[in-house]
Amino acid sequence: MYVCGRGGSTSGGHGSLDKSITLPPDEIFRNLENAKRFAIDIGGSLTKLAYYSTVQHKVARVRSFDHSGKDIENEPLYEISVQEEITARLHFIKFENTYIETCLDFIKDHLVNTETKVIKATGGGAYKFKDLIEKKLGLKVDKEDVMTCLIKGCNFVLRNIPHEVFAYQKDSDTEFRFQMNHPNIFPYLLVNIGSGVSIVKVETEDKFEWIGGSSIGGGTFWGLGALLTKTKKFDELLQLASKGQHTNVDMLVKDVYGGAYQTLGLSGNLIASSFGKSTTADKEFSKEDMAKSLLHMISNDIGQLACLYAKLHNLDKIYFGGFFIRGHPVTMRTITYSINFFSKGEVQALFLRHEGYLGAIGAFLKGAEQDNPNQYSWGENYAGSSGLMSTSPDVYPMQRTRSGTFDMLEMDRLERPLVNLPLLKDPSTYIPDTVDLTDDAMARKYWLTCFEEALDGVAKRAAASQPDSIDALERAEKFRQKYWNKLQTLRQQPFAYGTLTVRSLLDTREHCLNEFNFPDPYSKVKQKENGIALKCFQSVIESLDSLGWEERQFALVKGLLAGNVFDWGAKAVSDSCKEHKLFTEMNCELNPEYTGFLLQEGPPHKCALIFADNSGIDIILGVFPFVRELLSRGTEVILACNSGPALNDVTYSESLIVTERIAAMDPVIQSALREEKLLLVQTGSSSPCLDLSRLDKGLAVLVRERKTDLVIIEGMGRAIHTNYYAALKCESLKLAVIKNSWLADRLGGKIFSVIFKYEVPCK
Amino acid sequence: MEPLRNGGGAEEKPRRRGAAADAGPQRRRSSAAAGVDSATGPQPHERGGSASRQRRDSVRKNRPLFPWFGLDIGGTLVKLVYFEPKDITAEEEEEEVENLKSIRKYLTSNVAYGSTGIRDVHLELKDLTLCGRKGNLHFIRFPTHDMPAFIQMGSEKHFSSLHTTLCATGGGAYKFEQDFRTMGDLQLCKLDELDCLIKGVLYIDSVGFNGHSECYYFENPTDAERCQKLPFNLENPYPLLLVNIGSGVSILAVYSKENYKRVTGTSLGGGTFFGLCCLLTGCSTFEEALEMASHGDSTKVDKLVRDIYGGDYERFGLPGWAVASSFGNMMSKEKRESVSKEDLAKATLITITNNIGSIARMCALNENINRVVFVGNFLRINTISMRLLAYALDYWSKGQLKALFLEHEGYFGAVGALLELLDSA
Repeated sequence: MYVCGRGGSTSGGHGSLDKSITLPPDEIFRNLENAKRFAIDIGGSLTKLAYYSTVQHKVARVRSFDHSGKDIENEPLYEISVQEEITARLHFIKFENTYIETCLDFIKDHLVNTETKVIKATGGGAYKFKDLIEKKLGLKVDKEDVMTCLIKGCNFVLRNIPHEVFAYQKDSDTEFRFQMNHPNIFPYLLVNIGSGVSIVKVETEDKFEWIGGSSIGGGTFWGLGALLTKTKKFDELLQLASKGQHTNVDMLVKDVYGGAYQTLGLSGNLIASSFGKSTTADKEFSKEDMAKSLLHMISNDIGQLACLYAKLHNLDKIYFGGFFIRGHPVTMRTITYSINFFSKGEVQALFLRHEGYLGAIGAFLKGAEQDNPNQYSWGENYAGSSGLMSTSPDVYPMQRTRSGTFDMLEMDRLERPLVNLPLLKDPSTYIPDTVDLTDDAMARKYWLTCFEEALDGVAKRAAASQPDSIDALERAEKFRQKYWNKLQTLRQQPFAYGTLTVRSLLDTREHCLNEFNFPDPYSKVKQKENGIALKCFQSVIESLDSLGWEERQFALVKGLLAGNVFDWGAKAVSDSCKEHKLFTEMNCELNPEYTGFLLQEGPPHKCALIFADNSGIDIILGVFPFVRELLSRGTEVILACNSGPALNDVTYSESLIVTERIAAMDPVIQSALREEKLLLVQTGSSSPCLDLSRLDKGLAVLVRERKTDLVIIEGMGRAIHTNYYAALKCESLKLAVIKNSWLADRLGGKIFSVIFKYEVPCK
Repeated sequence: MEPLRNGGGAEEKPRRRGAAADAGPQRRRSSAAAGVDSATGPQPHERGGSASRQRRDSVRKNRPLFPWFGLDIGGTLVKLVYFEPKDITAEEEEEEVENLKSIRKYLTSNVAYGSTGIRDVHLELKDLTLCGRKGNLHFIRFPTHDMPAFIQMGSEKHFSSLHTTLCATGGGAYKFEQDFRTMGDLQLCKLDELDCLIKGVLYIDSVGFNGHSECYYFENPTDAERCQKLPFNLENPYPLLLVNIGSGVSILAVYSKENYKRVTGTSLGGGTFFGLCCLLTGCSTFEEALEMASHGDSTKVDKLVRDIYGGDYERFGLPGWAVASSFGNMMSKEKRESVSKEDLAKATLITITNNIGSIARMCALNENINRVVFVGNFLRINTISMRLLAYALDYWSKGQLKALFLEHEGYFGAVGALLELLDSA
């Protein structure tokens, strides 16, 4: 989150934490004009507000001209128009209870929509603030069960947010170890550590059971801690605990045995009796030591009970939540330790990035059932979300003073549901990304710097893409600022949005561009390049057709790779293009081993799925001749393009026009289209990378129907940054030209080297 | 075991104890937690036994020499059981060395030793036959921090000259082994505490408590009015879950005399109750802490389900009286200022007890055992905890689990150590 310096319209002043908000409220409570379906979760110290809103933003649309009787030579290929589109977005805001009145006032002033009559409320504080909310907002407060909301919210984030779940490992290089979403999230155990502990077994979307609990929880740590140390605040108690030595207060096994209890294999350092050394009236104990001992006592106890319940119900996934856990590395660490100890490593303690929002999300979902939010797929909007621990003083002391303790999560409704590619070998272990930048500090440094250096250029291009707009420069600068700040946050908190990857960096940039109404900065470039490439199509086909079979196969693959060099996303290419020396640099010497694929005899594939990359030469002169060859071999082709724009990648709607124009020139393509042997589909993605676990459902259905037995993934984003190691059930071909010298070094090659990875799954 | 090193005429006395004890406890464990099994227990140190010694041994009918002690050195308390032979013949009386006699007189004619040692007279087992000898079994305890004084006393009373074997269990058997050797010139026979515990429980239950049942339970534990203590026949004890609440807690699943496993343990035990009470109330003895607790009201300290939901939380079938958050009310400054020390002591007791009950219940479910026997000195003079355990187990298991208690609460380890001494003979 960044402070842009504008004064809030209703906040009294700046800097004062009393009842004002240090951030401009319109930066926090966004899109209130169309907000509806409010839900609020008021906890002991934090309030979480949720609402549904619509966002109007610009999208670039392409439309084919009617070329009949016109001089197509000098006309652009198609028309680009910028249109307003309305999409659904979920807003979640977390703030301290002290701001509640100010926040309610602000919402009241900006709430134009009058349809809303009810606000769903949950959490212990919902009672206390009921009258205030009803008075301020004029909405009727409708209370929802805390645990039901929690579970609903938990299911929602587990299903919709990649890298929602993480294991915490304090003493490893990567404190936060994120997990890919498992295709089947049930059953699991949710251990909510609030003032007490609730242990809930969740079996399906609607079926969950409270299987147990414990009265020794966060309230015990806080209450008993306050009595023992005279420290009043929970956070301060944790601070004390992190500085203490529990061995001064606890009786250890070695205090009883003099060493380990070897018969049972109990280490001498294990706690035999918590507070067992304070059994004396005449000794003073330090606050820190007592707090630490208390923390261990409570964490161990909860971990032990959680393991006993997990064992009884035969579960191995335990998610921990509640204020005791929320954003506190100290408690995540002790709970993780305890679970490891008591389960002997068989059960993993797992935590959730948006744990604090579960109740609000659940309450919201309860109230939004008529909008069927569960029927859609949702995606985290990196531009509008604060990221993990944005307000944690432990991790990011600067943040707290800078922006108060506001934290936001925004989720965009995706047009269509996303599912796994049915051809993934093992969806539960599939990891799209090739390099984990959270893990790899060197790589992280390189890529963050790389994105920083490219930023000015991206902002410039964005501004240039809208020459008619009077505020394009201003918006481009705002985009630059926002993305710059995101990059700085990620330098300090690489774990902020899950595992940091080149993909997440690219996606965040796209989200930020959209945020400032630069829906498709490359639209004109793509239009021009598509036009030029189309003009060359026929001559390329003619020259290919003149070659012998074997030669032609080489030429086709060479063409595929050569086409892929044109990529405005890659800095090296942009530089080379300026100097017109691109083709001479490409190290495209095809290795004989490639011929295993190219020259294969035997029956053709039933159906090939091709994930296309760039517009222009890539799709038209590289991919289409290849498609044409496959079709003439008798292989059906599903050509998958992005649903939304990303860099100069060809979009689904552009691909429709391009294909139409090619069909007009080429009878093979034309008949394939007519006979539905060539099918164009959208991926469901607007990313320059490819997550095979989140693809458009229509694509997945088609892949299954057509018995797809070959997958071709093209381009750096889709075949190298992601999916390089993806294992599929069928044959696959991953090809790209390395357009980044650092990456080329990493992979042991030179810039503009070719990656051609043909894999046949072992039977 | 090292042969005893000094003491003039001692050579004439048999010194065969060590090797016998070396056979070591036999048991099977299924718990994965049980690691290395071999490192503990006395190591065999056979001294070339002479024919004459063996002859004398057989004359003595394979009985160890008096005095017969069993020692259990825990984290907080030392438990000592002493067998006082009552069938001493005139001849024996005459033969009895002065040191031995003085120990016997000292222990049996006093009920308190020094400022902290206490004999639990009410637990004394009368007319017990052990190894063919009739006598009384005495139960003595003192704080572990007085262990050096105890060893000192042993040294002053020339205990080592008696050439008896001192069988000891509990962590202190290991921790103080060196002190026994250097200060008291005594070699301990170290025994595993869980082996001893089970042995002791089974034995005492089998001999009964001076004609009464050793084991008891609370009938109608959920009804304060009708709740009463009743004897329980533990004739077929297996399987049972044994929960030993000392400073910390150990939970064992016992399937037969020799087949048991330690299921788990928790560090929230008697030491935690007492330790927290000392910090919260400034009390200095366990008795004082319990006394305070008996006058306190924990509901002022704890946040109950009804404090949050106004009544029962029906969605989850939680009764309003259940504790939702132990010490949960103490998050508020006003409430912190309004509670008494007694309230805090009571809340501490309830918290620890409920937690032990909860863990024991989960273990019983996981192990598929429905009888849970609670032992350990945490339960001494602690009716509040025993009733609460009985109540909690009954209520949360919907009557499926039964909480059982034993009269000799914390002494089973020491009894087991004594039995090892006799068995080894």
